[in-house]
Amino acid sequence: MVGAGHNGLVAACFLARAGLKVLVLERNPYIGGAAVSRRLYDGFTYSNCSYVCSLLRTEIIRTLDLPGHGLQIIPYEGGCTLMRNGGHLALYDNHDALRREIARHSRRDAEAYDRFARDMLRHCRFIKPLLLRAPPDPTSFKPRDLGELLHLGRHFSNLGEERMYETLRFWTLSCADLLDEYFESEIVKAHLAGSSIIGTALGPRSPGTAYVLLHHYMGSIDGTVGAWGFARGGMGAITQALAAALAASGGEIRCDAPVERILTRNGRATGVALASGAEIPAKLVVSNMDVRRTFLKAMDPAELPPEFVQRVRQFKIRGSSGKLNIALDGLPRFPAIPAGSPCVRGDLHVTDSIDMLERAYDDWKEGRWSQRPYLDMLIPTQIDPTMAPAGKHYMSVFVQYCPYALADGPWTDDKRASFGRTVIDSIAEHSPGFRDLILHAEIRTPYDIEREVGLTEGNIFQGELTFDQLLFNRPVPGYAQYRSPIKGLYMCGSSTHPGGGVMGAPGANAATAILGDLRR
Amino acid sequence: MSASRYDCIVVGAGHNGLTCAAYLARAGRRVLVLEAAERPGGAAATREFAPGYRVSSCAHLLHLMPAWLLEELGLARHGLRMAAERMPTIALSPTGALRIPLDPDSAAQNLGDTDAHALHEYEARMRRLARALRPLLEAVPPRLGSRAWRDRLTLLGLAAKLRLLGRADLRELLRIAGMCVQDLLDEHFESPLLKGALAFDAVLGTNLGPRSPGSVFTLLYRLAAAGGAPASLAQPVGGLGALTEALARAANGAGAELRLGAPVARVIVSEDSAAGVVLESGERLEADCVVSSADPTTTFLRLLGAEHLDAGFVRRVTHLRTEGMTAKLHLALGRMPQFTALAGAVPTGRLVLAPSPGAVERAFNDAKYGKFSAAPLLEIIVPTAVDPGLAPAGQHVLSAVVQYAPYRVAGGWEGQREQFLDTILQTLEAHAPGLRESVRAAELLTPEDIEAEFRISGGNWHHAELALDQFFMVRPVPGAAQYRAPLKGLFLCGA
Repeated sequence: MVGAGHNGLVAACFLARAGLKVLVLERNPYIGGAAVSRRLYDGFTYSNCSYVCSLLRTEIIRTLDLPGHGLQIIPYEGGCTLMRNGGHLALYDNHDALRREIARHSRRDAEAYDRFARDMLRHCRFIKPLLLRAPPDPTSFKPRDLGELLHLGRHFSNLGEERMYETLRFWTLSCADLLDEYFESEIVKAHLAGSSIIGTALGPRSPGTAYVLLHHYMGSIDGTVGAWGFARGGMGAITQALAAALAASGGEIRCDAPVERILTRNGRATGVALASGAEIPAKLVVSNMDVRRTFLKAMDPAELPPEFVQRVRQFKIRGSSGKLNIALDGLPRFPAIPAGSPCVRGDLHVTDSIDMLERAYDDWKEGRWSQRPYLDMLIPTQIDPTMAPAGKHYMSVFVQYCPYALADGPWTDDKRASFGRTVIDSIAEHSPGFRDLILHAEIRTPYDIEREVGLTEGNIFQGELTFDQLLFNRPVPGYAQYRSPIKGLYMCGSSTHPGGGVMGAPGANAATAILGDLRR
Repeated sequence: MSASRYDCIVVGAGHNGLTCAAYLARAGRRVLVLEAAERPGGAAATREFAPGYRVSSCAHLLHLMPAWLLEELGLARHGLRMAAERMPTIALSPTGALRIPLDPDSAAQNLGDTDAHALHEYEARMRRLARALRPLLEAVPPRLGSRAWRDRLTLLGLAAKLRLLGRADLRELLRIAGMCVQDLLDEHFESPLLKGALAFDAVLGTNLGPRSPGSVFTLLYRLAAAGGAPASLAQPVGGLGALTEALARAANGAGAELRLGAPVARVIVSEDSAAGVVLESGERLEADCVVSSADPTTTFLRLLGAEHLDAGFVRRVTHLRTEGMTAKLHLALGRMPQFTALAGAVPTGRLVLAPSPGAVERAFNDAKYGKFSAAPLLEIIVPTAVDPGLAPAGQHVLSAVVQYAPYRVAGGWEGQREQFLDTILQTLEAHAPGLRESVRAAELLTPEDIEAEFRISGGNWHHAELALDQFFMVRPVPGAAQYRAPLKGLFLCGA
């Protein structure tokens, strides 16, 4: 197994449980990939890539008994969107409180919200059973593929005529058009639209972003659909629990062991060569890396069919998000949020309107970071005291958009600092005195994420979630079932169906495919 | 007249209304076509826009009408002649020109060998894919989840036809259908001019930019509708009005009656089915069925009325995206425009001013925030280059489709029309120095003007935006995609 990210570890766990002898190789001195907790400043723990949890499949948590291996997920309540004019929209768990809050902006939208939530739930229910299945190849005549296609068709037609049309439309709609069908208030729309652009090189007006919105809705915590939470001890707790589960099944993990090359002979994978020169033979090689890295960097493209290589080159992995991890001397104040409101413990967004999000995207298209970025801020230390010393706080700030390649030349330390200033200035507009609280800030551009985590272009999903790269097209048409053109080489990263987020489904599906091939 | 009773009343004498009427009449039905304007044509009409100068006032090229349809209705017999056929597209920048399809004999192409080769392969593949999609356009979309054998057979038939593409092409179709055109073009080509022109074709008349997913689909749609032939553009003698006049004669010849200057006020509903129409003059005309070629918003909300439809259906019609993004420019010119890049050649093709996909995207950026493009994109023809009869001797007409011009421009079109006209003329002047001086008269139709003149709500010439979520089984709205309205006896035949 190449890479100890959450998908690599999930796949490794399932393979080890089936009795295979599994070795996980990790390039960094620590495991976790993009689900990692790190101590970069005295006494503080940062969730320094992914920062909240919801998508991790319940089936995986239960089967691998992750709570038994130390994983604790704490849901947070609500959230809030802060506007530049001092206004805000808070979201609460409590349904009545939520309705009152939305009605403060628009009475009609308060009514519409229930309809919206119900419809989103329905779309979730449609897609959920598909997450843990390998997508069929629609061009194949194999009985398995035809069977899966038929299953898909049945699943779809069970929706009933009305719902089928709604679903067809939903998959191709832009988030802005979707929200326009329900809401009139700009702030309500902007609040909801945030999830449709996270990690995506598209704007809220781009068709297909309604799906990205859904992608962030389909998780659950303890059966509460759409709920998000913190992993106690940071996101690294998830991969630590997976590592513990793996150890319990007899799997082995080796850190500081960067894989230089995947070895093949006669079209079959035979093992890997480490950067140190050591070769490790294996019957099967599974790559947790994204497809571009797996096939273009760790292999000689000449060993692969040329059309496959071309498709891998064309697979779109675009860096569009940045991240700040900030150690704070105290809890920042947000005057817009009423004192004592629980929403400050949830995710705080900074944006005014769909237009503002769209303009932030226009900046990205031109190769600069957004001058008015969309921010998703969380202060997990309000709920999880293990991440910072008493009285101090850790704040995670997700920034959309930030390009991997700038129009005016490569990233430099100065540019990174300037990007950080743009973000901090944005926060300070809503939180007076914020700058004085900062003890340490880690600023991460897509370029940094690529260097550190190994994600091509720093794309958090290992590939854009657009229709041309979903289901049977992900990552390459004809190779959507976790197998590669090389016998004995499999893919299990987020580049595969059903895509990114700390979900674990690609890892679990890859393990199923591998065990199927081994007839175990 | 009140005693007269028709089998069918067709509302609107545009090309779709007339085609429908011609077929119904040929099948022996007693048909009446009602047109609000004083001449037939709808958005395919020719009119005088300045004394002595005539132009196709909305659509200006014949592109998407299937050849078999022209033949079956015998339009040539009814006087339709072409002034130009198989018109090439010429991508223009202030200094360069590129002819598509490439002409092996022309020395003027400044496209590298790699791109020329890539274009050849790209066009061949797109044609194959477009041909496979064609059955989608010529079939009545099936209803999903219906137990009727007809719907199931249609679905199976369509699936089988797609399968016939073969594995490689089918995979490619499934991959690119939802993609954005910029990515597709970047996979194939280097030349910004070539990519700009192809990207322009993908977004023409839509509310999309080259980076919007789904823009490959609109491109495939255009190709499929044009029969998979990229160069099927044609210009009838006398403008597009000649087409609808021939259609009107064909319909007449088959026995259909046409009344002009007869705007319909509403559809009569009796015992839960459409029973005729009431004209704005108050006259009642009865018929067994009513076919509307008006756009769905007009048909359902104005002519029929929300009270006859259920709430969910009305909500869907209200949410139909119908706002136009395209303006139309007509110039009366004292002499033939001289495009620098054409080096004195007479512009007999379709000229496209869209220098790069980046320029197209930036023009779209403006439109997203309710502004007209500061650097607009143009599809230009000089109809008088092949059909001199449209202007006084020695004089010329220039007709251009201009993108992007949002229907709802911030601050309203009043007062900004002049500004936009000036912006467009500057763009033209940059490509054809001296053109501005030769302008004798100019007319700019914004989407708002198109709405008023052609009675299309939103001023979108496709009636409703063409996009994946408004296509085939869900066009115009789910529950009415089989050309039947939810009300018995009311049918749709518009774009």
